[in-house]
Amino acid sequence: MSIDKAESVKYETFTQEEYMIMKDDLLRPIEKIGIGAKIWIGFLTAVFLAGVFAYYLQETRGKYVTTGLRDYTTWGVYISNFLFLVALSLSSVFMSAILRLTNFQWYRPLSRIADVISLSSITMAGICIMISMGRADRLHHLFIYGRIQSPIIWDIIVVATYFVACVLVLFIALIPSLSTCKNHLHNLPKWQLKMYDILSFGWEGNAEQWKVLKKTVLILTVLIIPLGIALRTVSAWLFSTTLRPEWDSTNFGAYFVSGSALITVATMVIAVYAFRKIYNLENYLTEMHFDKLGQAMVLMGFIYAYFNINEYLVPAYKMSGLHENHLLDLFVGEEALFYWSVVFFGIAVPSILPLFRKMRKPLPLSIIALAVLIAGWFKFYLIVIPGQAHPLLPIQDVPETWKHYTPSLIELTIVAATIAGTLLLVTVFSKFFPIISVWEVAEGKLEGKEEIINYK
Amino acid sequence: MENENNNSSRRNFLRLGALGGIALAGTAIAKAVTDEAPKETGKKVKVLTADGKLVEVDSSHVEHHAMNDNYTSEEIRQGVKGKKFIRVIDLGKCANERKCIEGCQTAHNYIAPVEYIKVKKMQNSELESPYWFPTMCYHCDNPPCTKVCPVDATFKREDGIVAMDYDRCIGCKFCMAACPYSARTFNFGKPEQLKFTEEHGNDTSDPNHCRTPYAQEGTVAKCDFCTDRSEKGLLPACVVECPNGAILHGDELEDVVTNGEDTFRLKKLLQDRGAYRQFEELGTKPRVYYLPPVARNFPFEDATEAHNTKD
Repeated sequence: MSIDKAESVKYETFTQEEYMIMKDDLLRPIEKIGIGAKIWIGFLTAVFLAGVFAYYLQETRGKYVTTGLRDYTTWGVYISNFLFLVALSLSSVFMSAILRLTNFQWYRPLSRIADVISLSSITMAGICIMISMGRADRLHHLFIYGRIQSPIIWDIIVVATYFVACVLVLFIALIPSLSTCKNHLHNLPKWQLKMYDILSFGWEGNAEQWKVLKKTVLILTVLIIPLGIALRTVSAWLFSTTLRPEWDSTNFGAYFVSGSALITVATMVIAVYAFRKIYNLENYLTEMHFDKLGQAMVLMGFIYAYFNINEYLVPAYKMSGLHENHLLDLFVGEEALFYWSVVFFGIAVPSILPLFRKMRKPLPLSIIALAVLIAGWFKFYLIVIPGQAHPLLPIQDVPETWKHYTPSLIELTIVAATIAGTLLLVTVFSKFFPIISVWEVAEGKLEGKEEIINYK
Repeated sequence: MENENNNSSRRNFLRLGALGGIALAGTAIAKAVTDEAPKETGKKVKVLTADGKLVEVDSSHVEHHAMNDNYTSEEIRQGVKGKKFIRVIDLGKCANERKCIEGCQTAHNYIAPVEYIKVKKMQNSELESPYWFPTMCYHCDNPPCTKVCPVDATFKREDGIVAMDYDRCIGCKFCMAACPYSARTFNFGKPEQLKFTEEHGNDTSDPNHCRTPYAQEGTVAKCDFCTDRSEKGLLPACVVECPNGAILHGDELEDVVTNGEDTFRLKKLLQDRGAYRQFEELGTKPRVYYLPPVARNFPFEDATEAHNTKD
């Protein structure tokens, strides 16, 4: 109510009627939860709980029985999955903050989707660190005995800071929407309305509040970019600060950042496709967005390809004894099929296919994005696991299982649970809060950028 | 109004600071006073006085040495003063008889296929002959593993030993990723191992028994130069068990290494025999030197038998 007043006073061009239609559209997913949504949430909860149970088994029966990890391959699928989730968590940087700062107006309906994906995945990434610890019961040792010289401590600090930043970025921009929810949603349980009331912190939408809000959002937008880059780079340093030739690369931080940029574009495409279809938001998440995201995908694909060439082909040209085993294993050896599939789907496909306009339509682009995402997950697997298979001193006279790591069912269940957890958080969020920022879209419309809402 | 407030709060702050300072000084004085009379521990130790009498005094009057039975965790971390343990391995003498491996497993109460000391078959190029290469933790002077440890659970001691604090390790395995020599092993909680530790953990019947325990489940273990044996001047289990005397253990400051049979002057041995350290170019500065496999005691015999086939 009060927002409308302030808005309509401030922006005369925007009629109350138009705003009401938009609000109805964007708030509708909150008002009713369909049977499909219930099944989906139930499914994700089940997978997540299965992961919790698997973790319980892992901790009670011992990691020797429950995981495929042995000496030599001591970092398994938990760590590679952690890297993947960190990549997802950069959505806020690449799909919201950077676009906002550089005035790409089409960011408006995307920013909240990106922010909630970031928050959900960084939460699960944090959990992944704990799951992979040999002694999770000694987590507090990090605070009692923490050494700032260790990249693990950098990682903990940057993950925690980024988590807080994600909460703030998401929440501050959410305040006006909470007020909108409070004022316009009535057929909801009392506690839910109460929650909107408490969380909106007495937002009235007066000019001064708007000024403070926009300033805060801008500051956070600027801050989250270096923070996200730091997060990604530090997680690359977990590897490049070691003396293992496969990881000992000055290129690693930038290589990881570029890979994450591509992954966030792919994530965004899938998220936009899903929300558009399920919540009937075609008027807000338009074909234009797929067109733009497709173009972004090509750009990020080429940047990622560039870093891959630096990372793999330059050492391959020299083929030093240090890199030989690892690279030959990837290019022509045991992992060749795996490696080249990842290169094909994770780099070639996103760099080339969306060059064609037809491929930038919602469905084809979403299929491409799915391939990129799956290849992206396996890319981190290829970085972490075969990277440990060729230490400087040869592996000799050890059981077969020590040489070849295969993730156990328990490990895979836990990994699935972290992915399900991320999806669950995003889904539940979208059922309680508008997944598209009402005020940001309205603001865009008010500034005469009509194409955001009605593109062609 | 605001200014006044600021002023008064600043004044309060200063007042608080002064009080805190006095309190700190008080505790310092109190501590200094009590330090003059150390607490009696009740534990008597025998000491020899300057005039040759053997007297019994309270252990609190005797300065602590790591050699004493109950040393503090700081002392464990510091290591033995005036020692710098070092090792030289004569590759010409290793015949891969695996006695060092078995001796180590017994001394530290752990079971195969885990090995703190491994013997690898190495061949630098086709034209050169293969040789056996015993490898273990090199207790590097620039250790990549201690650098990355987030909780200081692995650390470099004054006496050169890179040690582990199994009570502190959180099991992140970063040290294992960082070690270029794959010297570290993780206790994944293999049921047989856990059972073995339970049954034999306190078994000291082995003459080479090393008091430093096997890693707890979920922590990282590795060769510790048989810390307590080294401290007492005893030779580590692998050195004792090697039938060919290939492993020489000693003290850099004393300039001496021994395999229990022959004793050498360290520097002369290293200089005369063309000693080298593995992967010198990594800058890890290992404390284990190798003497090249020249003038071998035995012809190289390939081992066809794989020992650690069972997981």
